[in-house]
Amino acid sequence: MEPKNNIYSSVDAAVADIPDGATIMFGGFGGAGFPNNLIQGLARQGARNLKVISNNCGTGDGELGILFKNHQVTRVVAAFPGPGAKHFQEQLDAGEIELELVPQGILCERMRAYGAGIPAFYSPVGVGTEVARGKEERLIRGKRYILEDALGADCALIKAHRADRLGNLVYRKAARNFNPIMATAAKLTIVEVDKIVEVGTLDPEAIVTPSIFVDRIVQAKGLRFV
Amino acid sequence: MSRQGLTREQIAQRAALELPDGAFVNLGWGIPNLIAAYVPREITVYFHSENGILGMGPRAAAGEEDFDLVDAMKVPVTVIPGAAFFSQVDAHVMTRGGHLDICILGGLQVSGKGDLANWRVPGAKGAGGIGGAMDISVGAQRLIVTMEHNAKDGSAKIVNACTYPLTAVQCVNTIITDLAVIDVMPEGLVLRETAAGITPEEVQKHTEPKLRYKGKVPEMHLR
Repeated sequence: MEPKNNIYSSVDAAVADIPDGATIMFGGFGGAGFPNNLIQGLARQGARNLKVISNNCGTGDGELGILFKNHQVTRVVAAFPGPGAKHFQEQLDAGEIELELVPQGILCERMRAYGAGIPAFYSPVGVGTEVARGKEERLIRGKRYILEDALGADCALIKAHRADRLGNLVYRKAARNFNPIMATAAKLTIVEVDKIVEVGTLDPEAIVTPSIFVDRIVQAKGLRFV
Repeated sequence: MSRQGLTREQIAQRAALELPDGAFVNLGWGIPNLIAAYVPREITVYFHSENGILGMGPRAAAGEEDFDLVDAMKVPVTVIPGAAFFSQVDAHVMTRGGHLDICILGGLQVSGKGDLANWRVPGAKGAGGIGGAMDISVGAQRLIVTMEHNAKDGSAKIVNACTYPLTAVQCVNTIITDLAVIDVMPEGLVLRETAAGITPEEVQKHTEPKLRYKGKVPEMHLR
């Protein structure tokens, strides 16, 4: 079987068919590991009514900020929108955006569950807090737990350091964060990397995301908002 | 209110003495963020950052920043020998799964039962953010809260029942403030130490729940 050609020549081509209303996961945390070129491509592409799943909601116009600035987002699932998420905050205050605030470890565990075929799981996090509101609570071996639903998406936009031409990925330092988990939880995973290398040049022991989780690869010069 | 307590730096300095050699530790925002600088030289602790670092070192020097290596506050940091990188899921396997020895977080309110509120002030502007605080509070083997003993308006932050949105229930083991070190025990709050020049009665006056102590309460030592 010939490997399918997953490599895109531009970020714009890689995100061209993302439809209005799509639910999209975005990797990144604290400025590291955001797929900033893909985000810029999505801003140019102009899809609207997007449902965003991301730890943060941008820094000024940077990272996810541009999508909020362009009024492309209507719903957000996040753990820490962040003090710099100016455009997000304005639209939240104006009632233009719906927000579901999720504890960070639960946010990624819900993605992990989805990717692993687990529909829901019991968790101790948020018991007795407003996070537990409306959720089933259950006593397991004398401790209280709440039921958390798995979380999937139509599309994941992620950032890695290197991809081989099949889509095996390695990351760099703390830029890994949510990226490998999101790759498993979306129908379509698009990765931007600093460099695409030949198959066989990445050490199989070091691959973090196996190519089975990756659909599209685009090489783009790192774009960073500090 | 005129009183002489510890500065924020001194609270951090006192909290650093709670860290045993070899411990895996997560530090939150606020005063906890000052603690790393005061870890006694003769011990090694492994700082965990929920964005996927174990063995985080000091801030990167100017000109040597690597923006793929940042802490949870977006500050470029370094790593120490023996450090490891991993995903967000593994970072929270460590928090929620009970693998971290000590976590030190800031606090807005702590109740007499050890409930913690530390992520949102009711009525404050902005969406707020839970971040990793709930996962950390639930899973920490030992949770220390460092904070000012009282709010700016003088109101108690150690309260009978939290009125701010909760982070987790019955999770706090020890509270370290500018006035005292207080342990949350099954029988209630136990006053372990008071700041120099502060009497147990003064600490009680600034604390809602009843404090338990016997005889002379030792002074908070900073090293």
